Amino acid sequence: MARVEIPLGPQHPALKEPANFALSLDGERIVGAAVNLGYNHRGVEKACEARNFTQCLYFLERICGICSHSHSTAFSMTVEEVAGVEIPPRAQYIRVLIGELERLHSHMLWLGVAGHELGFDTLFMLSWRDRELVMDLLASICGNRVNYGINKLGGVRRDIDETVKETILKVMDQFEEALKYYISLATTETTLAARTLGVGILSYEDAVTYGAQGPTSRAAGLDRDIRRDEPYTAYADIPFQVITDTHADVFGRVVVRALEMVESCKIIRFVLDNMPDGPLSVKFPRKIPPGEALGRYEAPRGEDVHFVKSNGTDKPERVKVRAPTLANAASYAVMLQGNYLADVPIIVAAIDPCFSCTDRAISVVDNRSGREGSLDWKALRQYSIDWYRNQGVAFDGLNRKG
Amino acid sequence: MSYTEEELVARLTERFPSVTTTEQRERRIWLTSPREGFIDLLTYIHDDLGFNMLCTVSGLDAGEEFQLIYHIAHDCGIVINARVSAPADNPVFDTATNIYKGGVLYELEARNLFGLTILGIPEDIRYPLPENWPQGEYPLRKSWVLPADRVPESDEQDTPSEDTPASAEGASPPVIASEGEAEARQSTVAVASSISDTAQNPASSSPAEGSDNG
Repeated sequence: MARVEIPLGPQHPALKEPANFALSLDGERIVGAAVNLGYNHRGVEKACEARNFTQCLYFLERICGICSHSHSTAFSMTVEEVAGVEIPPRAQYIRVLIGELERLHSHMLWLGVAGHELGFDTLFMLSWRDRELVMDLLASICGNRVNYGINKLGGVRRDIDETVKETILKVMDQFEEALKYYISLATTETTLAARTLGVGILSYEDAVTYGAQGPTSRAAGLDRDIRRDEPYTAYADIPFQVITDTHADVFGRVVVRALEMVESCKIIRFVLDNMPDGPLSVKFPRKIPPGEALGRYEAPRGEDVHFVKSNGTDKPERVKVRAPTLANAASYAVMLQGNYLADVPIIVAAIDPCFSCTDRAISVVDNRSGREGSLDWKALRQYSIDWYRNQGVAFDGLNRKG
Repeated sequence: MSYTEEELVARLTERFPSVTTTEQRERRIWLTSPREGFIDLLTYIHDDLGFNMLCTVSGLDAGEEFQLIYHIAHDCGIVINARVSAPADNPVFDTATNIYKGGVLYELEARNLFGLTILGIPEDIRYPLPENWPQGEYPLRKSWVLPADRVPESDEQDTPSEDTPASAEGASPPVIASEGEAEARQSTVAVASSISDTAQNPASSSPAEGSDNG
């Protein structure tokens, strides 16, 4: 049978973010796959060069709506290293606490998305319901469901007092109870296993070769976790287990994420019980001496890398962000190879892709300012009309009423 | 297998005397290598020292030269930040994707945003700038000015590729290009097969033209 090439995306029913997959099919089987990225670029790295370090912190937190604390912590760690500032132990513990809460809600979100892609919408409804426990908790700690704004350069902005601690512990009791169901579901539910076992295989060797990160790599048996390999903030003091699995398929990724949530709950309890007393932050200089540093952070999706170079002013010379999805995207072609077309959504979803993180880098064209070189609404509309006209679609008749 | 930082520095400087090394702190080694022999250095770091994860490639505009920093991690947590530079008027680098296959996207990004030539990565792929982005506009160069901030009559060129037709557009604001240009599909990225193809067909473009094709 002849091969068929089909484009999937950038707008498609499987994903809520834009990415394009060029799939080459032999019948129902995928024989070749290519990924096109870049649809979500917003010019973050260039924009950082025009902002001071404090502005950059809050700006970079908005790279992603899920792992916002990851970017914010990775950036502040890196800048603090360049500036030679050490943050107080209590602040380090609070950063860990928020980071692990973020991991919990991120993995719950992913579990729901995975359920949805599998046609298991009950799982989607249930896991997103229970995710709200964590979201409400974060909102009560930080004032925000996402973009928590807990970090500042030199420490954190809010304390965890006894009342908040009690609230967190209460929610953790509820959450861990709910989690038991998801663990048994992830490990024993036959429908889920039938749809995920042997699907989207990424072997140990391929995971190493293509630089896979986070749960995607750990599901392939690659024992790699920045929290343990390079303990940042307070992770050196905290006992936890790095979850790995050897299935190397979507099933393995479900199991790894489910069990990682258990570890996160343990970390949260440990942090609350062992939080040292002391100040929340130290004074941070406005201008930072010239220097450069590389920060690594284990985000829910994998390693988040920030590189910062300073030039002695209050603005960075260069900020470079590498989100985990970009590292994992290189493995897509291998994972999709040989699978059925119908499994594409779950394979794509299984790395927990976050294209807003990945496509962050280019120059700025401010649509709202209406300044030269940008497109206003009218021009944008005209551009779209012209584009469709060139494709042979005319709107002239459609807009006329009656 | 794990190393101490001193051990690594000793091994690297013994094997590559032209490389300058700095130990920034625990788990961070910075080194600067001349362009000649840089790929040999990376091969040694990968094959002999077992640093198997390329975290990312950071491009830097250092005025008279462009730099690429390869951040390479070992499973034991040590990161080697290997820096290589090329003069700004001839920014040509060799690809490291024959050693680190997952690095194609990082090199494409540096090429596209800084206007570098990286020999050995797919020529026809454009990432991450959109397909209708004007030729000769490299936003992460320090000389790049936001179109809205440019003086309209200025003849100032902010790219070194002055002899290419693309530079004619250099001073004009990057507006959405005509449909003909936009017709080409968004570039195809991270194809396993194309990665292996690349290994066999190193690019042959003239460096002066820059490899940032649209």
